Amino acid sequence: MTTKFDLPQGTLDLLILKVVALGPVHGYAIAQRLNQVSRDVVQVPQGSLYPALHRLENRGFLAADWKQTETGREAKFYRLTRKGRAQLDSESAGWQRLTEAVGLILALSEGGAE
Amino acid sequence: MTWWNRLLRRKEMEDQLDKELGFHVEQLTADLMARGHAPAEARRLARLELGGPEQVKEQCRDARGTGWVEDLFQDVRYALRTLRQRPGFAAVALLSLALGTGATTVMFSLIDGVMLKPFAYRDPSHLVRLWEQTDWSTPGGNTWAFTYPNYLDCKSATPALDMAVWYFHEGTLSASGAPEYQDGVYVSSGLLPLLGVNVALGRGLLPGEDKPGAEPVALISDRLWHNRFGASREVLGTHLVFDGQPYTIVGVMPAGFRLDDNEFDVVTPIGQNTSPIMQKRRVHGFQVWARFRPGATMAQAQTQLSVVGRRLAEQYPDSNKGRTFVAEALKPDVGDAKSTLLLLLGAVTLVMLIACANIAGLLLARAVSRQRELAMRAALGAGRGRLARQCLTESAVLALAGGAVGVLLAAFGIRPFALFWPGGLPRVQEVQLNWHVLLFAFGVSLVSGLLFGLAPALRAPARHLEQSLRSGSRSLAGSAHRLHGAFVVAEIALAVVLLVSAGLLGRTMLRLSSLDPGVDLHNVLVARTGLSPAALQDPARTRVAWRELLDHARRVPGVQAIAMVDTVPMRQGSNPINYSVIQANVDDGNDYPAVLANSVTPDYLKVTGIPLRRGRFLTDDDRKGTQSVAVIDEVMAQQAFPGQDPIGKHLWLRIGPDPVTVVGVVGHVRQWGLAADDQSKLRAQLYYPFAQVPDELVHRWSDLMSIAVRTSVDPLSVVEPLRREIRGATGDQVLYEINTFEQLATASLARQRFLLLLFGIFAALALLLACIGIYGVLAYLTSQRVPEIGVRMALGATASQVMTMVLRQSLTMILAGIVVGTAGAWFATRYLVRQVEGVRSAEPSTVAAMIAVLAIAALFASFLPARRASRVDPIKALRQE
Repeated sequence: MTTKFDLPQGTLDLLILKVVALGPVHGYAIAQRLNQVSRDVVQVPQGSLYPALHRLENRGFLAADWKQTETGREAKFYRLTRKGRAQLDSESAGWQRLTEAVGLILALSEGGAE
Repeated sequence: MTWWNRLLRRKEMEDQLDKELGFHVEQLTADLMARGHAPAEARRLARLELGGPEQVKEQCRDARGTGWVEDLFQDVRYALRTLRQRPGFAAVALLSLALGTGATTVMFSLIDGVMLKPFAYRDPSHLVRLWEQTDWSTPGGNTWAFTYPNYLDCKSATPALDMAVWYFHEGTLSASGAPEYQDGVYVSSGLLPLLGVNVALGRGLLPGEDKPGAEPVALISDRLWHNRFGASREVLGTHLVFDGQPYTIVGVMPAGFRLDDNEFDVVTPIGQNTSPIMQKRRVHGFQVWARFRPGATMAQAQTQLSVVGRRLAEQYPDSNKGRTFVAEALKPDVGDAKSTLLLLLGAVTLVMLIACANIAGLLLARAVSRQRELAMRAALGAGRGRLARQCLTESAVLALAGGAVGVLLAAFGIRPFALFWPGGLPRVQEVQLNWHVLLFAFGVSLVSGLLFGLAPALRAPARHLEQSLRSGSRSLAGSAHRLHGAFVVAEIALAVVLLVSAGLLGRTMLRLSSLDPGVDLHNVLVARTGLSPAALQDPARTRVAWRELLDHARRVPGVQAIAMVDTVPMRQGSNPINYSVIQANVDDGNDYPAVLANSVTPDYLKVTGIPLRRGRFLTDDDRKGTQSVAVIDEVMAQQAFPGQDPIGKHLWLRIGPDPVTVVGVVGHVRQWGLAADDQSKLRAQLYYPFAQVPDELVHRWSDLMSIAVRTSVDPLSVVEPLRREIRGATGDQVLYEINTFEQLATASLARQRFLLLLFGIFAALALLLACIGIYGVLAYLTSQRVPEIGVRMALGATASQVMTMVLRQSLTMILAGIVVGTAGAWFATRYLVRQVEGVRSAEPSTVAAMIAVLAIAALFASFLPARRASRVDPIKALRQE
């Protein structure tokens, strides 16, 4: 059985931006996508998804329109704004650097500190 | 969407939020059903997955950033609802706040208009007022108005300042129309441009007209223009005769034009005045105002003035020795109105504080009784801050509502109150409800809301949650007790300060009204009198004109006796001169003692009823050419000739080179008014015959002269016949500033009476509020102690023991309040003694009486709750547990 992880603080925003960057999408689809892509390793608390979406919308990283889904229902579709794109780039770069650094530290051989 | 849009389209946002979350739940349910869950189970799982819908929504709302405003609306609505639930409390609180804010706002708007607002001249911060200053002092201090030659020298030698001058010029306006006494002013042609004042009609004075022999021109006031000339444009170029001189009107001043607080009806160029006083370095009274030239500083101006001062002191040692010139910012001088205003502001602030303490006590009582409710809400997840904010919102709503009503009260109250001011409030025309005042009222409301809301709000985040939930209504935090006690103590202390101050003023008023003014007040009329300008041409004619005027006046029915007097007792104005009992050249500037000199005619004693103590009073035989004589009062006799008989002694005065002989001693007259005379430095008095005034002074003395009339009928009823009788052959002699002695005596106590009245009202209000406060707090405290009292009674305590217990509790608070308040009152009364003439430090009996009043009232207020406590039914009380 795979262990599930809580998301580290602040990474939910980054993941949402990344998912939305792939094209306009509604909240439920975002939740599905996050779960699928992470193969259920990352558990997105659905309760905090919507406050995060609204926060990103208010900060101007996301924009939203009401559109029909394939099944003909009205849903709120989010898309990335230009400001959101810039935010995504800078945040993913930051995340990249952080994980590399953490990786480097973890790669140190035991007792090998010279 | 902007913040504002998000706030305003709240409804729409909520709908969309509902829809969005609903969509999510439906999709999830559908997916779960597709995976084989039963529909009901699927819906349950979907909801569970999302979390509590309300919590999610609340978090989304928080993400909008408009939450605090919505909370505020919610809190305000909640506050209004709770206030409506207790209309009695709301009404008392609103009323006391409205009165408090209203009264402080009125005081502040007066202070703003009278003291803070600069003169309405252009760029008033660059204007200065100049004084002459001597290195020695007279009773009037060591600053002097300018002499004209000194002004001219300063003007030419002070490049930092652009100077102008003005000089009072009162006189009779005798043509066109009925003769009337008017205030006029001589000004230099540069004064109005210097102040940035433009004429409303016509033109100003030209520099070319500011010279001897130039075409005589005048500006008139807006008031005169309306009253005498029907506001017609034809007024330009017409003639008027003022103080015996013909002038052509060339302009009309703007309405409301004033120099300091003086309104002038006739403005004429000072340079055309050829009177000898313009040449004298000893005749002061010229007001010099100036504006800084661009880039000049106060320090430069001061240096330049000092240089001129030193030069003139060397050049004219007779007049200018030890004399220099100083500049100060041109600010309104409002005299004792300032200290009265500050005193009243202090008093209303105390009342306001009492009202705040009162409301705080009541609110706190409620907060404590709501402790369980608050604890419950805290347990359900309300944050400490959120609860405190809600309490504060409630106080703020109360305070702002009270403030709004208060401002309304003030808006209607300011004008009547300002007009009610004794003797007229200076600069009253500047007083208005402007944005400073509104800002002040808003600030006062907020601060008061904070004052009475803070204590309950700080209690709101109930500590020891579970304890208060478990203990229920019985919980009684000791700190609440102490806080309540503190509010009551503060109220009592503040009330003591006001009561003792009011008592002190009342005592003062009683003492002052019973003082002997030194004259018989009954049936005496005094009025300043302007001779015909023609009669003032030479001294001999002037003396004849006065004699004829008196003869005519004597014929008026009801007139028993009439006399001339230059300085009327209890009215503004004095004529102090130096004297010496050994031969000396007495002159101002030397260290000779001074005496209030008064030139009168022989019937003065008969008119005023001043008692003759020794020797004789002046007679018709004391004329020019006979021995110079004077009569002195008891104070002067004591001061100049202690332990000797003054009759026959000589005095050297400034009036003439020859000594005068003292021929009589009369009683002292309270010249400065009933309130001020005893504390005045200058009290000695001297009377000398008008007939012996030297010729060169007759003109100036005549300008200042009044007549005093003793009547057998109501003195005001002889005014009109008197006016007609003294009009003179040319019809241009007038009476003005008409008063009875009784009016003057009353007016001399007007300030004290006014302060007493207001302090009395404030003290009564304070007493009432303090009683309400102590009643409310005690009623609350005893209701909290009902179970305890029940236990005591069950164990055998009698009703009177319970009552004693409650009363003892209140007595402790009252006594503590009195101790603190007495200390405060000590400072307050010291301030009153310094600021208000006639007030002496409080006798212990006054303090004791006022404290007794307070203690009795407060005990009475505690009696009701105490009696209620004594009637507690122990069975019921214990069952209530």
